[in-house]
Amino acid sequence: MERRTISVRGGMFEADVREFGAPAAEPLLFLHGSGGLMVDPYLDMLGERFHVLAPSHPGFGASTGLERLDDIIDLAIYYYDLLDELGIERIHVVGHSLGGMLAAEIAALDPGRVRRLVLSDPIGLWRDDAPVMDFFSASMAEVQAAVWADPDADYVKMRRPDPSDTAALAEATYETLQSLAAAAKFQWPIPDKGLKKRIHRIAAPTLIVWGEKDGLVPPVYAEEFRSRIRYAQVAIMRGCAHQVMIEQPEAWVALVADFLGAE
Amino acid sequence: MKFHFFHLMPWPDLPDDFPDTYRSVWVDVPSYLYDPVRGHEVYNEYLDELEYAAAMGFDGVCVNEHHANAYGLMPSPNLMAAALARRTRDAALVVLGNSIALYNPPVRVAEEFAMLDVISGGRLVAGFPVGSSMDTNYAYGQTPVTLREKYQEAHDLIVRAWTDPEVFAWNGKYTQLRYVNTWPKPVQKPRPPIWIPGGGSVETWEWVAQRDYMYCYLSYFGYKRAEMVMRGFWDEVARQGVEPNPYRAGFLQFVGVSETDAQAERDYAAAADYFYNRCLHVYSGFADAPGYRTMKTVKAGILAQIGAAARQIRAGLTWKDFIEQGYLIAGSPETVRQQIEHVARTLNIGHMMLLLHFGNLPKETVTKNTALFAGEVMPRLKGLFGEWEDRWWIQPLPADERRAPNPAAAGDVRAVK
Repeated sequence: MERRTISVRGGMFEADVREFGAPAAEPLLFLHGSGGLMVDPYLDMLGERFHVLAPSHPGFGASTGLERLDDIIDLAIYYYDLLDELGIERIHVVGHSLGGMLAAEIAALDPGRVRRLVLSDPIGLWRDDAPVMDFFSASMAEVQAAVWADPDADYVKMRRPDPSDTAALAEATYETLQSLAAAAKFQWPIPDKGLKKRIHRIAAPTLIVWGEKDGLVPPVYAEEFRSRIRYAQVAIMRGCAHQVMIEQPEAWVALVADFLGAE
Repeated sequence: MKFHFFHLMPWPDLPDDFPDTYRSVWVDVPSYLYDPVRGHEVYNEYLDELEYAAAMGFDGVCVNEHHANAYGLMPSPNLMAAALARRTRDAALVVLGNSIALYNPPVRVAEEFAMLDVISGGRLVAGFPVGSSMDTNYAYGQTPVTLREKYQEAHDLIVRAWTDPEVFAWNGKYTQLRYVNTWPKPVQKPRPPIWIPGGGSVETWEWVAQRDYMYCYLSYFGYKRAEMVMRGFWDEVARQGVEPNPYRAGFLQFVGVSETDAQAERDYAAAADYFYNRCLHVYSGFADAPGYRTMKTVKAGILAQIGAAARQIRAGLTWKDFIEQGYLIAGSPETVRQQIEHVARTLNIGHMMLLLHFGNLPKETVTKNTALFAGEVMPRLKGLFGEWEDRWWIQPLPADERRAPNPAAAGDVRAVK
């Protein structure tokens, strides 16, 4: 993994970008969800086929400039600027959760820039009969039960900070709070910010991936997305909830890589 | 020193099993617990209590704003202040306040506050709270991380709407108005006093001191836990080189006055328990939406008043604890006087907001509490801080220029020529 800071719009933003894979490979933009970028094996595995660029959004991690963005459209436009800085005209875009909503906006607002699109358990649409969970007010235990098919799995437990290490625990708490505060700016109080008026513009072939046990964004939304996008297909992942790329990294990467590689 | 009668207007009939059966008193408290017919009695009793306090010589009567909250039944405190404007003569109408980021456009607050100031002959104190996370983020859907910026813009717009004699355009981030022209303008010039209720945000201290506003710490934890917050405020005041005038600061305190200390427990223990163990039963997930408090405040370690941490502090508290920890100052008039004086001096507080009604305290006990406080406690403390000028106080019209209600009676009808 490489890590670098990219200055965007003349220094108004500093983007903390992690890179995986060979720079000569096809570029792929990975857009993380509300909890911030989870640096996990799925990124290295994607890097075996692609040149993966995984930025933290402004206000998340070390990336700055959140105060210059008011809404999800501002954030999408910021990403065109970031791609300009990187000299990339067209790119595969893979987004998870909030990053999925963002990826859909990027692909809808300027369809020419996105080669293929993967939306993994995205937010961005709303049904009264299947509300997206209010994970901002939910307890930690409720969120865990919603996002992991098996909250007691080892790969879940090892992600939790050691409660006896108070300094690490405080740092983790601050980081989570910072991520959620930034994430809320783009989806509060209901993550329906007009994508439904723009989603028909998406021209890129699109794969919609959903964990069948996703308790955060119910899988009924897979069809909501599919029916609004011109060239879209759905893949449901058995035994997964919301954090599909952590829960079953091999299967998730295989789905994504095969779809992107089919171009 | 000045004393204000503060009413939260709680719902008095929350069931005994409320904390066990329901998740929260706020945001998602089920509305079937509310009975509008009983509500009619309750509102009118509460207004009676405020009017009585004004008649008994309290300097001000205080109302505040909450939403979807069973312990604070004033979604619109301005309606209560309007009702009080016509039924009180000299007391300040202390509206603490309007959560100005919630009004669209915020000139609505400039207008309503100006109306209150004009109707009352210049007796309005204008409170501008940011508002709790429960009220603003959860009940009113405001984005947490931009709430304070929106609040600042609303504040700037309202103050200008009061003070700029010209029609002006406002091109804000949150509000755009081609024509701002607030009618009426307030009686008080250049504007009514502005009080800022705060819960201990570091940025609020800085801003209040810079603006020369009055800071009210509205705590349910009593004066002992307030020391850290008020020390933070006064340190900031000192850092900015501003005089430590006690009238810059206000503080909320639960008080119960009885004939004797022993009688106080009989009079107030049940109502205190009702307030702390039912009314403050707030689901911790609503206490602090991500981004509501700034990182600076979070890292300063100031605990939210509500939520898991707060509940832990309160768990299993008895009358003895309420008294010893200072949540409630209760006892004979002399006991109460001593403690209020101690609080005022320790925290350097010129304005004391008193919750003489709390929980489900019956009206006759509220009346006694109010009478004893006004008759036997207040007069002996009024002189405190007499060496300081209160520059944060109302400037009403002279008493003989203020109109009293004077409707025509049925027999007054004469032929008009």
